[in-house]
Amino acid sequence: MKRWMLAIPLLLFLGTAVFLYRGLYLDPSELPSAMIGKPFPEFSLPTVQANRTLSRADLLGKPALVNVWGTWCVACRVEHPVLNKLAQQGVLIYGINYKDEDAAAEKWLTEFHNPYTLNIADAQGTLGLNLGVYGAPETFLIDAKGVIRYKHVGVIDDVVWREQLAHLYQGLVDEAKP
Amino acid sequence: MKRWLAAMLLGLSLAGVAQAAIDTYQFANEAERVRFRTLTQELRCPKCQNQDIADSNAPIAADLRREIFRMLGEGKSDPQIIEFMVDRYGDFVRYKPALSSRTALLWFGPAALLLGGVVMILLIVRRRRLAGANTPQDLSEAERARLAQLLDKEHP
Repeated sequence: MKRWMLAIPLLLFLGTAVFLYRGLYLDPSELPSAMIGKPFPEFSLPTVQANRTLSRADLLGKPALVNVWGTWCVACRVEHPVLNKLAQQGVLIYGINYKDEDAAAEKWLTEFHNPYTLNIADAQGTLGLNLGVYGAPETFLIDAKGVIRYKHVGVIDDVVWREQLAHLYQGLVDEAKP
Repeated sequence: MKRWLAAMLLGLSLAGVAQAAIDTYQFANEAERVRFRTLTQELRCPKCQNQDIADSNAPIAADLRREIFRMLGEGKSDPQIIEFMVDRYGDFVRYKPALSSRTALLWFGPAALLLGGVVMILLIVRRRRLAGANTPQDLSEAERARLAQLLDKEHP
């Protein structure tokens, strides 16, 4: 047995330990989105107020947050005040009311205030499917040309906004300036 | 006999677990039904991550099953359907990942480890055999006496 071979078990152990240690801090429920860098999918859906039909073209021109929400989603209620605050600060937010009823959604918006500039009613979840949505709330960051640049799964709170989304959004705003 | 009984009881208790979510879909033919079953068992539910979409009761899994059924009806091929899912949810949804440079370790890692183990065992066996051939088979007179003494001590 050569001397260096004695070190093999130790090296194997250290390698495994490094992988397992990393695994402690990974969140398996967060999937890398396959949609980043792809254009926002085409759609033709009514607004929640059902007064007009929206398509992809309506979302273009300015960078925005596209927030997937539903009245059935408990975490969305936690997120809602944060979105209201962001909307007041001038952040452009579009909503996708995912697999919900329009009446319930309208009631929610009048009760809790409406941060959404436009609100797409995706009752069947078809747009959600094309976006790769697997639970609400999810928020996409799209640029002025309608390309998806970032996706956040889960509630946006003050910390998430400050540490992850704010500078990305600001970057897109700066990018859109001529 | 007892062992057989235990095995049978265990088997029966498992039979209840191996159930899938129930939908009512009308397939055009038996082949399509089989394809639906294979596809839903090969794709992973994005929400409840350790279940395939055939098995899961999550709303998103139901949506994906409906979508697969629709695409089968449209005459899409299996690779097209899988591509549709991967485009939206990433490679993650495939229980059988595509063979690429990123997944090569996943595909060949276990076989490489097994092969390494076999090579190790062969090396060790060979070395032992060589070492065994070199030791003298016969004991010297003094060793014989000592051996007899030791054995006597053990079994007086």
